[in-house]
Amino acid sequence: MIFNAVFLALRQISRNYLRAFLTMLGVIIGVGAVIIMINLGNGTQAMIKEAIESLGSNLLMIHAPPHLNPSGTTKSRYFTMKEVETIEERVAGIKAVAPVNAGSAVAKYMNKNVQTSVQGVTDGFFTAVDWKTAEGRSFENKEYVAGTNTCIIGESVRKNLLGDTPAIGIRLKVGSVVCEVVGVLESKGQGGRGNDQDDIILMPLKAFQRSIRPNNSIYNITMIMVSLNEDVDYKAASEQIAVMLRHMRNITDKTKDTFEIQSTKEIQQTVEKSIGSMTAFIGAVAGVSLLVGGIGIMNIMLVSVTERTREIGTRLAIGALEKEVLLQFLVESATISAVGGLIGIVFGFFMTLLLSAKLHIPFTFDVKTATVSFVFSGLIGIIFGYLPARKASRLNPIDALHHE
Amino acid sequence: MSDFIKLRNIVKVYGSGENSFLALKGIDLDINVGEFVALMGPSGSGKSTMANILGCLDKATKGSYFFNGVDVFSLNRNETALLRRNYIGFIFQGFNLLARTTALENVELPLLYRGVPKKQRHERARQALDMVGLLEWGKHTSAQLSGGQQQRVAIARAIASNPLFLLADEPTGNLDTKRSVEIMEILSNLNKQLGITILMVTHEPDMAQYASREVHFRDGEINTAEAVLR
Repeated sequence: MIFNAVFLALRQISRNYLRAFLTMLGVIIGVGAVIIMINLGNGTQAMIKEAIESLGSNLLMIHAPPHLNPSGTTKSRYFTMKEVETIEERVAGIKAVAPVNAGSAVAKYMNKNVQTSVQGVTDGFFTAVDWKTAEGRSFENKEYVAGTNTCIIGESVRKNLLGDTPAIGIRLKVGSVVCEVVGVLESKGQGGRGNDQDDIILMPLKAFQRSIRPNNSIYNITMIMVSLNEDVDYKAASEQIAVMLRHMRNITDKTKDTFEIQSTKEIQQTVEKSIGSMTAFIGAVAGVSLLVGGIGIMNIMLVSVTERTREIGTRLAIGALEKEVLLQFLVESATISAVGGLIGIVFGFFMTLLLSAKLHIPFTFDVKTATVSFVFSGLIGIIFGYLPARKASRLNPIDALHHE
Repeated sequence: MSDFIKLRNIVKVYGSGENSFLALKGIDLDINVGEFVALMGPSGSGKSTMANILGCLDKATKGSYFFNGVDVFSLNRNETALLRRNYIGFIFQGFNLLARTTALENVELPLLYRGVPKKQRHERARQALDMVGLLEWGKHTSAQLSGGQQQRVAIARAIASNPLFLLADEPTGNLDTKRSVEIMEILSNLNKQLGITILMVTHEPDMAQYASREVHFRDGEINTAEAVLR
């Protein structure tokens, strides 16, 4: 009986493609919107996650931002080598500690010059942010100790400044000093804020402190990156470091901290949460359009029942049972809706493909969302088709036969 | 044999209270197997009401109706639907073919409800179309057929399920004389060759000529004076 009903319903739909399509439109748009929103949301989330992970997946960043608290009464303070060493000695489960002193300078080669980010680093930097050289070598220990003017350049700097010239051994002018290129970093691409991570020059920390940003203060480290082993609880480690720094800086009130600790894990969780709730919200809005689509189906099915009153009368007269007529119209609306859902999924797939290419978001397509949307659209057809179907099945055959 | 259709004291009241209208005033009617009965009378005489009751589409307010030994009025909506499905064929004044549907598909419809397998359904629908002389028109939709052809398709649909009883409600009401005669000849043949019992509602005496018996209605009663038996 179900098979017969499906057969009758498909035959009915095939008799008026335009109407079937217009009826489906609401569901097509609704399902399409759900698919696009959820997949673009997932793509964005994946992109941001990757960008954060490119920093190192369990990394603490201790820095001294200019404005620590809203009133701005507490002045932040950079870090000392002593603080770095204390952290390295006392905190358990550390993979690497990387004191960084960052600034920006103009780099020159022949007649070209570019403004770029320059960072003074130690050996721990490469481990902490999981970065390797693609060409040449990393800094040698004696270079860190002596603070020789050697540098490792990012892919963008190499491209913009040197072009096709082999990079290794070339002497660049960075700021006011000349430094020899010993290596080129492998490309990292875009960062979490859309910044170019490859636009960078690295120098041994001591060389940077002496040549790029001369400073007599012992507070000459702008940021400490602490890479923790994957199984280490970032919250506990972060708290331990905070306590240590407060002790060394004689801070008693933690609202008067002169530093700030951020965790990539924490940032990642916050971002994921906010994108997740955003996706859910937009998904819900798209869901409303599905509901509207359902109402559209109900509307057309009611019109269809009125239009086909004589047909229903004929069917009832020649012996169709009430439940067979009910089933016929239910299957019809469910089929229309499900086909609409299918078209919506295909539409959503291609729109996601198009939009993710335009917005530079990695393309993702969640099969689970598509399946749920498909089932849901069929369900909408059944729910919103029930009233018209019941109306059809309850018709009095004599009245229906004489309907004009 | 004489128990095929037995109606006793059929009363049909429409509405209630002061506005009620007595459409049938206690009808007794028997139809035997193989009869071709013409139900005649002016409009408002109750003949259509009678036809609806005979076709198990409507129930009387009072009285009893035995169809092939079954007490029709004791059946529920589903049971009467099954009775119609299995034993009664319908031909309507307005043809009532499904729109945008081929002749063959229309004829297959009652077989579809009977759950006849596809191949058999096809075969029987073709046979029925052949009987009304429209075999080569099977692929045409209703809109592509003339009125007379549409009514012939409707007859094919009515007989495709081999009914015991054919109910034709003004089958020639929408047709010109030439087409009407064609339809009547087909009905007459079905009656004579296949032995299908036919009840036809009409107000045209010319068409009633084809029937083996005329029953005349007037003001909700059978007018015995006008009865004709051929």
